[in-house]
Amino acid sequence: MNQSRGREALEGLKVVDFGWFVAGPMMTKFLADNGATVVLVEGGLSKVQALRTGSPFKDKKPGVNRSGYFAMYASGKYSITLNLSHPRGLDIAMRLVAWADVVAESFRPGVMKELGLDYDRLKTVNPSVIMVSSTNQGQTGPQARQPGVGTQLVSLAGFTEITGWPDRVPAQPFGAYTDVIAPRFGVVAILAALDYRRRTGKGQYIDLSQYEAGIQFLAPAALDYSVNGRVLKRAGNECPYACPHNVYPCVGEDRWCAIAVFSDQEWQELCRLMERPELGQDPKFSTLGSRKQSEEYLDQIIGSWTRSHRAEELMDKLQSAGIAAGVVSNGRDLREDSQLKYRHHFWVIDHPEMGPHSYDGPPYLLSKTPASVKRSAPCLGEHNEFVCREFLEMSDEEFLDLIETGVFD
Amino acid sequence: MSDTANRRDQALSSYRVLDLTDEKGYLCGRILGDLGADVIKIESPQGDPGRNIGPFYKDMDDPEKSLLWFAYNYNKRGITLDITKDAGKEILKKLVRRADFLIESFPPGFLDGLGLGYEDLRQVNERLIHTSITPFGQDGPYRDYKGPDLIGMALGGYLYLTGDIDRPPVRISAPQAYLHASTDAAVGTLMAHYHAVSTGEGQHVDVSMQQSVVLLLMMARPYWELTGTYLKRTGSFRSGIGSGALQPQTWPCKDGCVSYAVFGGPQFAPFNRAMVKWLEMEGLADEFITSIDWDTVDMMTLDKGFHDAVSERISKLFLSHTKDELYQGAIAHGLMLYPGNSIEDLLASPQLQSRGFWVEVEHPELSDKITYPGSFAHISDTPCLIRFRAPCIGEHNETIYGQELGMLPHERIDLKMEGVI
Repeated sequence: MNQSRGREALEGLKVVDFGWFVAGPMMTKFLADNGATVVLVEGGLSKVQALRTGSPFKDKKPGVNRSGYFAMYASGKYSITLNLSHPRGLDIAMRLVAWADVVAESFRPGVMKELGLDYDRLKTVNPSVIMVSSTNQGQTGPQARQPGVGTQLVSLAGFTEITGWPDRVPAQPFGAYTDVIAPRFGVVAILAALDYRRRTGKGQYIDLSQYEAGIQFLAPAALDYSVNGRVLKRAGNECPYACPHNVYPCVGEDRWCAIAVFSDQEWQELCRLMERPELGQDPKFSTLGSRKQSEEYLDQIIGSWTRSHRAEELMDKLQSAGIAAGVVSNGRDLREDSQLKYRHHFWVIDHPEMGPHSYDGPPYLLSKTPASVKRSAPCLGEHNEFVCREFLEMSDEEFLDLIETGVFD
Repeated sequence: MSDTANRRDQALSSYRVLDLTDEKGYLCGRILGDLGADVIKIESPQGDPGRNIGPFYKDMDDPEKSLLWFAYNYNKRGITLDITKDAGKEILKKLVRRADFLIESFPPGFLDGLGLGYEDLRQVNERLIHTSITPFGQDGPYRDYKGPDLIGMALGGYLYLTGDIDRPPVRISAPQAYLHASTDAAVGTLMAHYHAVSTGEGQHVDVSMQQSVVLLLMMARPYWELTGTYLKRTGSFRSGIGSGALQPQTWPCKDGCVSYAVFGGPQFAPFNRAMVKWLEMEGLADEFITSIDWDTVDMMTLDKGFHDAVSERISKLFLSHTKDELYQGAIAHGLMLYPGNSIEDLLASPQLQSRGFWVEVEHPELSDKITYPGSFAHISDTPCLIRFRAPCIGEHNETIYGQELGMLPHERIDLKMEGVI
């Protein structure tokens, strides 16, 4: 039932996306899923963007139209390949800017200016355009142009130091964590700017720093340092106000169940389920404070119990008894997760080279204007002609003439 | 509707938000407040339960001193209201009549049970956008499951990918799942708003924290589908390089760690040559490292011996310096290296300081100022900023009930006696 069911929230909104990698494209993917028309401007075969050559590939066979990594942030977008160093490529880009409400990009600071596509230039063809630039560290400041990849920014923004075990080198949070925080803030800023524009006719420029957006998620710890001088440390899976609170081994290879006990009553229930009533009656474990004293011991007891159970079974059993528990889901678990299925999180759409492939839907369901993943990720330059004719209203002659200049190559 | 001078210059200054969330949803209302909306935090007369979550100001365990509360409730005014009492329900409906948004994070069905669900409230205000933030959404098999941070990170697939391979998966030691959900809730709310301003039609926005976490998985999500195998957690190492080789991604240094990677191919060769030059300057280069032809280095095909030998030399450099020395060195040598900043380091960051990121916020009730992380984005004409600190319990009862809803003093006293406000 992967079909749009009527009007979507952002219908009529026009977006040009010069983004690459994750942080920029993720913003415009959210817009596309909710009805915006998004044109992805990317390099042609001579300058293919990095994510198109990033694994995993369909059947492990590399190809510019086979990357699952690229696909997940590109669904529902139109792809046009443009050589922006070619004067006529730049001209087409500017015509798209004139057509658009929003221009998004995620190059290193200064690159859009070198291309002749900085905000001041965009305003000359579209005075009310909203431009958003997503970068590692923002457009200004001494380290704005310091190169670095997203997986490293996680360390700069303070997340690595607080993830992992106190007795070891930090285990950095998976992936480019700040790359997936910033886009949500970016979309908020875009939608707010659109509202302001509707009321005033004025566009504006949004400078989004992944570094700064990421630190929003560490705000209580930052206050704790500035007020109490306390520096948050990594603490495994410990939580100051819950115990037990950990991840426990289950039947099968690399299978785990997370369990979090917040109240004394939940602790009693857990002891009942483990058939260890004597633990429940033991005053050494009757309060949070006393359990924290014996946390390692309790973890061992629970682990020896969970080891002979399946993670799914434990989750259901514990949750039914009012105890927070969850399977530590891997890729297969997510695709089979009954709640995600119920919420229709995954949208399976046929792709010319990848075949049926799943795309993420948004985490919010809008009751009157439900979102939809409309099309599979575009093949490289799949919509060159469509974009030129439909959105830029080019004549046949002009389009054919452009092909010959090599501007799409 | 009340206003302050600077709020008029902000993008959402003409809108009002009723915020009934607990700690699962604080950030959503704050984001709208950062953009200028008039956010009214509605809490029970006893104070919001989230006020009891630490850390606390000067470690004083007090509902008026929770730093979690401070961090995610600034730019909000605060009133108390017991919405389970009949008089409280009527007052909420009065407020809803004049509001654009209502955000809440009650268990699914709770508001419906009180006669205050979306279907009830839209009778009062057709244009209302009602946003619900819950662990798994309003309906479905997990609807009533408990979903604290650890469980959200687990069932959303992020936990599996983080941690050392020889130990259980591990979470980030500061709760994250509901911050993603709250930010997504702000996105969904403003999408619905975009539709409402052109059609006059409000709607319900149903946010699932579990799904918000799934959106963190990057290439790990399609990995299983396309290859039938899982990406495994690799702790401080980089995954996905060839021949079972492991290369550190997080490297120990003199006072902590730094993030650095050796990438292969001609594109990254200049970075690798710069590293070799640095090693030479420090007297740590030998024949092995100086003779590598970086243009032809392919990370996928070189064996473990090669990777270990390269790592060993780089390790020596890192262990002899502090993370700040290494970051400064990386800037000077043009290398891609970032320090593993602690919270303390973040406050000292010259980059953040130069952008005015850290902001001192007045807390008159404490006779103190506290340093906060500032705006989440620089928006050129309609700034995103901190206007005032989080409210004390019932701080704006008089302004909102008295001046704005026109309740007389004796009415307010009666409501207070009845425990409604």
